[in-house]
Amino acid sequence: MAEDRIIEFDKVVAGYSPSLTILNETTLDARRGEITMLIGPNGAGKSTVLKTLFGMLVPRQGEVRFEGKRVNGKSQRELLADGIAFVPQGRNLFGSLSVRHNLELGGITLPRGELPGRIEEALARFPRIRERIDNQASTMSGGEQKQLEISRALLLRPRVLLVDEPSIGLSPILVQDVFKLLRALADGGTTVLMVEQNVRTALNFADRALVLEMGRLALDRPASELLKDPDLNRLFLGGHAPAKRSAGG
Amino acid sequence: MSTRNRLVVLFASLVAFAVLPIFLKTYGVYLMTLFCVYLMATMGLNLTVGYAGQMSLGQAAFFGIGAYHAAILLTLGWPFFVVLPIAAVACFAAGLALGFPALRVQHHYLAFATLGFNVLVYLVMRNEEKLTGGTFGIANIPRPSLVGFSLDKPLPFFYFTFAATILLALALWWLLRSPWGRAFAALRDNPIRAESLGVNITAYTLLAFAIGAACAGIGGVYFATLVNFVEPAPFHVTASLTMLLAVIVGGSGRFFGPMLGTVVVVLLPEWLRFMQNWYLAVFGFAVVALMIWLPGGLLSIPERFKAKGAAE
Repeated sequence: MAEDRIIEFDKVVAGYSPSLTILNETTLDARRGEITMLIGPNGAGKSTVLKTLFGMLVPRQGEVRFEGKRVNGKSQRELLADGIAFVPQGRNLFGSLSVRHNLELGGITLPRGELPGRIEEALARFPRIRERIDNQASTMSGGEQKQLEISRALLLRPRVLLVDEPSIGLSPILVQDVFKLLRALADGGTTVLMVEQNVRTALNFADRALVLEMGRLALDRPASELLKDPDLNRLFLGGHAPAKRSAGG
Repeated sequence: MSTRNRLVVLFASLVAFAVLPIFLKTYGVYLMTLFCVYLMATMGLNLTVGYAGQMSLGQAAFFGIGAYHAAILLTLGWPFFVVLPIAAVACFAAGLALGFPALRVQHHYLAFATLGFNVLVYLVMRNEEKLTGGTFGIANIPRPSLVGFSLDKPLPFFYFTFAATILLALALWWLLRSPWGRAFAALRDNPIRAESLGVNITAYTLLAFAIGAACAGIGGVYFATLVNFVEPAPFHVTASLTMLLAVIVGGSGRFFGPMLGTVVVVLLPEWLRFMQNWYLAVFGFAVVALMIWLPGGLLSIPERFKAKGAAE
């Protein structure tokens, strides 16, 4: 349903320079309260979708809409205020600062009076972070750091959370924890748009999968369907599952 | 060291610093006042360079702008406490202007842009004789009085400057402990990451220069009233390099770094005078040795010992 589409890309053309176009009239959408996964080979434009949506790249053509309103060219501060938060790829903490100070930075756009309450809210959700609150952020484990990054992004109570490859550098157990956390957020009403290379595991937690190829949407399927269908599985996930037998076969 | 012990050490140091001049001759009191004056400028530079990560080789220009504001306005009979905020605001505005190159270039390119600014300001001071007195400078700058109490004598003026330095340090401490202070550190560590959290990179880059410049301007006003005479030489690029040296030798990006660093650049050469003709050579050698063995500054010594202990 159209009203469920919280994010829409309408024939968006964007790239890192005029000669390097990555998104090539990309049209896609993400629905409210769902985890939408962006899948595709390297260079397909997955991370570029997130960066364009978060104002780090300005579309050369087309329209990006958030809750039906055009957001092309909006600054990151404006988008944060609108309710979009971004957890970029890799380690994104300020390692020289403490855990508390990292959290404070996440709420720098909030009125000062509101900040302590929001930090308390984040700590209630992540008890492990509370235990490490006065430690230097760089001393935390990879999983703890990713939790802190997500909790910092949640400080502004975003309606849309953009997450770029959250599983990088994490052990399989920690990867499961991060995906469970994102699932819980989506179940609580937050829309999650995620890029993830660890596709099979992530699809188990996602609602919908968008496959990108050469900056265009190649496939839009429920995540469960993509996992179960051996043809799709082989084509888009590089799986070795046997293809469905033909009727005569 | 626990927070309580740190506070005890800090309080004892402040008391010792306050009591020491009572036992010193006029030149000793002058040097301690000069230390306070330089410290105001180096604390500001530490915010720009150490906390916000913006290279600056132009701090002496702001120090000079503050000093010349004081020299011109105080000799015209303006009250000190009117001149002080005017100089601070003028330097804040000039700092904002100098911050603009930092929005486009970084590191050594920015260093040269700020160095060029210092040369420009120096040339204005030297060549605009009608305004600045040129190389002859401006003499007979009066010292202020405080609620009818004269600050002409060295010791009262020292306490007056010492109190101002403490107030400025407290203001910077408050700023750096606030979320805005964290934003400066975020700007230094990773501006792109900081921007994704909503930190206004443009505003914080400009503010890092402007606040640092205002501190130097305040220091300049006290400098002019300390020496009662200004001419362009103390505001040359070499003074900017000395201030940067103070920040780096003490420990860039550490609150108490400039305090130790300013001791090294202002007081150490004087303590080495017993070596007569060799004192500056020894000072130079000491600085080279410090940079080789302690690139993190004097305040990194405890961490070096801790790291060594952990390795063993």
